Amino acid sequence: MPIAIHRTSVPVSVDESKCIAEKGCTVCVDVCPLDVLAIDMIKKKAFMKFDECWYCMPCEKDCPTGAVTVEIPYLLS
Amino acid sequence: MNTQEIETDVLVIGGGTAGPMAAVKAKEKNPKLRVLLLEKANVKRSGAISMGMDGLNNAVIPGHATPEQYTKEITVANDGIVNQAAVYAYATNSYKTIQELNNWGVKFEKDETGDYAVRKVHHMGTYVLPMPEGHNMKKVLYRQLRRVRVDVTNRIVVTRILLNEHGVAAGAMGFDCRSGDFIVIRAKSVIMACGAAGRLGLPASGYLMGTYENPTNAGDGYAMAFHAGADLANLECFQINPLIKDYNGPACAYVTGPFGGFTANNKGERFIECDYWSGQMMQEFYNELLGGNGPVFLKLDHLAEETISEIETILHTNERPSRGRFHEGRNTNYREKMIEMHISEIGFCSGHSASGVWVNERAETTIPGLYAAGDMASVPHNYMLGAFTYGWFAGENAAEYIGSTYQDVPIDRGQIEAERERIFAPTKVEDGIPPAQIEYKLRRFVNDYLQPPKVTRKMELALERFAEIKEDMKRMSADSPHELMRAMEVHVIYDCAMMAAKASLFRKESRWGLYHNRVDYPKRDDANWFVHCHLKKDDNGDMVSFKKPVEPYIVPLDEDEKDAYQRMRIVKQTPGKHEEKSVEQAAVTTD
Repeated sequence: MPIAIHRTSVPVSVDESKCIAEKGCTVCVDVCPLDVLAIDMIKKKAFMKFDECWYCMPCEKDCPTGAVTVEIPYLLS
Repeated sequence: MNTQEIETDVLVIGGGTAGPMAAVKAKEKNPKLRVLLLEKANVKRSGAISMGMDGLNNAVIPGHATPEQYTKEITVANDGIVNQAAVYAYATNSYKTIQELNNWGVKFEKDETGDYAVRKVHHMGTYVLPMPEGHNMKKVLYRQLRRVRVDVTNRIVVTRILLNEHGVAAGAMGFDCRSGDFIVIRAKSVIMACGAAGRLGLPASGYLMGTYENPTNAGDGYAMAFHAGADLANLECFQINPLIKDYNGPACAYVTGPFGGFTANNKGERFIECDYWSGQMMQEFYNELLGGNGPVFLKLDHLAEETISEIETILHTNERPSRGRFHEGRNTNYREKMIEMHISEIGFCSGHSASGVWVNERAETTIPGLYAAGDMASVPHNYMLGAFTYGWFAGENAAEYIGSTYQDVPIDRGQIEAERERIFAPTKVEDGIPPAQIEYKLRRFVNDYLQPPKVTRKMELALERFAEIKEDMKRMSADSPHELMRAMEVHVIYDCAMMAAKASLFRKESRWGLYHNRVDYPKRDDANWFVHCHLKKDDNGDMVSFKKPVEPYIVPLDEDEKDAYQRMRIVKQTPGKHEEKSVEQAAVTTD
């Protein structure tokens, strides 16, 4: 079957001015139960890669610089 | 794809609640043993309590409750179908577990005299103990894992139990969801602590992961136990919970109960006597929801400011901290109006109801060397404290087993090759169906056909649709190790959906209120169905259901206690006439 990609808004945003992934930090990626965050290897910043969020918030709570914000996903906000 | 073969003594699968306790206790029992804990996510933030927990639902503390009283309560709440030995074993060790957690640094609410501030929420006894600082739970557990030097490997998706030539647990197989490596672990005893089957039903929001349970818990333990040949018990006693509508997190009306909060109908009136979760309570909730008095609300707006602030602190900073953010976005403030509630999608979870992999009071499954604990193990209404207590049993007994019963028996390598083939099949399909689409369709059918009230014809249709999806799964493709994890979870959800349908069709009566409300058999039938219903894989690989007698009670019930949970609905009387239907009528007249 042919595949198409469709656009979707995701609930986790990362303030790139605060994110210190370039220094080797991967805390938010490590603690996510669904493993949906990743480090963008070009920008060296964390981002939400998969739209599979449980809005549980370890990524936000455990981020050492307060760079991560979890919003309630749009469809249930 | 690389293969990693690892050897250990005790293998623990799942690092949420029961798993870390099991690993620590196995190591403490025999520090010479190698204990390996595998976690699908990361033990620092995994499982049902990834962000913490706001309280203990079932603390049996001397001076406040007795093991006998608690065993009675759960027997009655579960309509008599319990192995009391398993419940009683929990109850007699509950306080020991609390003390251990207290020693480890978990803070429980205490009164001015230093005594535990236990509150009455259940119909009969007093067992609820708030944990205002319960957000530290995972940190506390992690410290213990480090202290006793348990080996931990994160991001491993375990898919099958390895059996030796005598049919005894000998390890497990799976893969790394980051690297895609195939993992084979040889172990002398295996403990499963894989949580609920939380991705069975589909939440109305359309988000596959917007579930009530932590969606990482797809039901992996249930599927693995089935394929290993273990018995599963009373799966038809579904988990369905009251929740905040759309947010899909626990409403926790019972947490607010001791403060004066309650579940109300659209008139702002109380309609159930007791907010503690049971199938009978859920049936009344459902009746009110769909009747003219719905929707159902959490009512706190009559309480004082200090009380509401305290409730907010408990509910918005522990188990599901995004709840406050949800209310903010909706402009729903506990002070100003009632909060709309709803019911969750269906799932399996002994922690809340009674659907689990069968275990005895030693946390042993029917497969030698294989143990289970926590939400996936069959001890009813066991909650977090039961997960810790049974994790403790599993850890100690699995360690002891190695020193006594364990024999080194060869394994058939054929099962390893077969599992490698099965796991990596979706990586070889080109232009296949993405796992998320198959999962959505499968879980939509679960909602359409299996959600109570259960209708025989619908459940038969479910079996047909699921069989078609099983065929579709051959065309499922995965383009990364991450997507391979989702693909393997689709297999797990399929297994759980089949078990849910077959188990529900087998028990031809209604029991446990909404959890097993069978429209074609609306009455409880103790003459034929006062039994456990077990399900397992037969020699042909098919699912079979069969009856098992309820074990003799250790704590007998008094006549007037037996139907305590059947009298959930508040019956209002006006002179000469009953305003509300009787409970018996209400339980069967659902649409």
